[in-house]
Amino acid sequence: MVRCCLKEAKRMDLAVVILVEVLYAIAWLVLVSAGLAVVFGMMKVINLAHGEFMVLGGYATITAVGLGVNIFVAMLIVAPLVVGLFGLIVERLVFRHLYGRMIDTMLASWGLSLMMIGAFKMIFGNTTTGVSGPIPGFTVGNYQINGYNFFIIVVALLLLVAMLAVLRGTRAGLVARGAMQRPDMASAMGHSPDRIYMLTFAIGSALSGLAGAVLAPLIGLVPTAGAGFIAKAFITVIAGGPSLVAGLASASGVFGLVNQFFSFLVSPVVGEVALLVAAVALLRLLPRGITTRFFRGRL
Amino acid sequence: MIVTLNRRSFLASTAAATGALMMPGIARAQDAIRVGTVLDVSGIFDAYGTPMDMAQRLAVSEINDAGGLLDRPVELISYDTQSDIALYTQYAQRLVRQDNVDVVHGGILSASREAIRQTLRRANTLYFYNVQYEGGVCDRNAFFNGVTPAQQAEVLVPWAMSRSGPRVYILAADYNYGQITARWLQKYVADNGGETVGMDFFPLDVSDFGSTIARIQTVAPDLVIAPLVGGAHLSFFRQWAAAGMNARIPLASTTMGVGNEHKVLTPDEGNGMMVAYNYSQELDTPLNNAFKERWIAAYGNTDAIHEIAVSHYMGFHLWAEGVRRAGSVDRDAVIEAMEDGLSVEGPSGMMTIDPQTHHTTLDVHLMEVRDQKMEVAESLSQRPPVDTQAVCNLTENPDDNTQYEIEF
Repeated sequence: MVRCCLKEAKRMDLAVVILVEVLYAIAWLVLVSAGLAVVFGMMKVINLAHGEFMVLGGYATITAVGLGVNIFVAMLIVAPLVVGLFGLIVERLVFRHLYGRMIDTMLASWGLSLMMIGAFKMIFGNTTTGVSGPIPGFTVGNYQINGYNFFIIVVALLLLVAMLAVLRGTRAGLVARGAMQRPDMASAMGHSPDRIYMLTFAIGSALSGLAGAVLAPLIGLVPTAGAGFIAKAFITVIAGGPSLVAGLASASGVFGLVNQFFSFLVSPVVGEVALLVAAVALLRLLPRGITTRFFRGRL
Repeated sequence: MIVTLNRRSFLASTAAATGALMMPGIARAQDAIRVGTVLDVSGIFDAYGTPMDMAQRLAVSEINDAGGLLDRPVELISYDTQSDIALYTQYAQRLVRQDNVDVVHGGILSASREAIRQTLRRANTLYFYNVQYEGGVCDRNAFFNGVTPAQQAEVLVPWAMSRSGPRVYILAADYNYGQITARWLQKYVADNGGETVGMDFFPLDVSDFGSTIARIQTVAPDLVIAPLVGGAHLSFFRQWAAAGMNARIPLASTTMGVGNEHKVLTPDEGNGMMVAYNYSQELDTPLNNAFKERWIAAYGNTDAIHEIAVSHYMGFHLWAEGVRRAGSVDRDAVIEAMEDGLSVEGPSGMMTIDPQTHHTTLDVHLMEVRDQKMEVAESLSQRPPVDTQAVCNLTENPDDNTQYEIEF
């Protein structure tokens, strides 16, 4: 090959690698924030235990893999079920008494998060555990890409599509949206807001569990790992604004892009800083979220 | 009735009360020698601290089974610092004020060492930091028996470069150890005719290295040197392998394996990584085999033994030998005995105290990770801590209390 074109080809490969990394960063934010978008965005429960719900998903996966379950089954089925069930229980015990009282949900969920961290330490030990990624790396020209990144991107995409399909296309989604906006009307039409809230909370928890599960092979899981997710999840959901899916996708897109741009240009630490600066700027310009200005009225 | 309580009488009475409270402590100190440790036995650094704690207990039981030190039993007072720097200062205070220990062994991360070193110095309590580190601490109250950059990186860098190439990318933990070690690495890369083509620092809780791995590929170095630290950074080696990079760019590290990371990683993930330490379980010496047998008798198997567990074990025996020679646990007497060229032979070979720096002259082995083991490729015998010797002279300047850093 002539020299010019070799260089050209190399640049193309790099572009592909960067594109994958950016998509991966966006997918990461979508996954981390999806559960919170349902619980906080839809139901207005400030769930400070969101990070611990994710960690629970991670531990559920590692435990299931340890018991001989296939890793994909453990991540995609076992973990969401376990965390969804756990969400159902705490909703019945704690959160159903607190709907409409945002500050109180914050206090209660903070207590819950401390309790969960303590329980993780007792059960799994205050130590780092993890599983190896199940997908091998592959080559793009001169570059190597972590194959697992693609899996994360696909899961996040499917998640967004599924959320959109359920909320827009099914009767259950319509009823849930209605009950969130006007529980009295939903009740008058023969639906039980209590049950709808319960199920929505359980589904939100299951999404958190799914996120923790698919991220588990990438991180060393410690009982306090939840703290690493909670801030970004809240930033993404708040910056996204009222529309669930469009808000999640647009906020994740903006933050993921900014983060990776500065990570490549300067360093990963500056990338993190840039994400936070972008969040502050965005909230100054659009205090009620991206979807109050763009994608209005979408889901 | 009015009770008048002036400052003087208050002080007098409380001093008397405090004195009375401390009496049992003094009486107890006369029968047992009290050894304090502060180690992370839980939290994200427990992979380092738990085996160190096991080694400490083994060393104490060895000494007690042999009749104790100076015919007195050794009592161990250990605190779990839970990978939390705040707890280091708290427990160090408690060890010197409340427990009245005769010596403190412990501290793992360089940040934790610096958190407690001044407290122990002020309290005149002898301190042993038994972990490999960035070198340069000059303090007559403290002793150091871990490998320093001149003992480790100086030989690791040219060896790794000779097996890869001159363009080096450095990934380091973002605190004093990583920052200073990275500068040493840059120096040794330059000394050997190489070039540092990139350098990144990571806070200790960072566990996602995707963009970094892509960045490294854009620079395409011949070699990556990674002084990364702790449980979160372990994911780098995993993600490096998951991206298939371990087959493409050789990797060396000044920390990988210190916490038995090579046993947590699968053989595919770990094979080929280059390291240099004072100890490997694979060392086939009578003293190491005997040590492993004693460890198995105490703990069932040798899984937990790692570099800094052994250096902790050696550090404790160095101190014990100092006490025997001094015939007392008095700080000044022990320091003088230690400064008299004291040496101890153990599982990691011979260790001799360098009186000028309070560091140690020791063996260093260049090793390659192979099937979750560290295979010794080359052994370098009795390397002095020349980096610290160049800046620190406690014989001439016994009041020195600084950590010298390399200028580069």
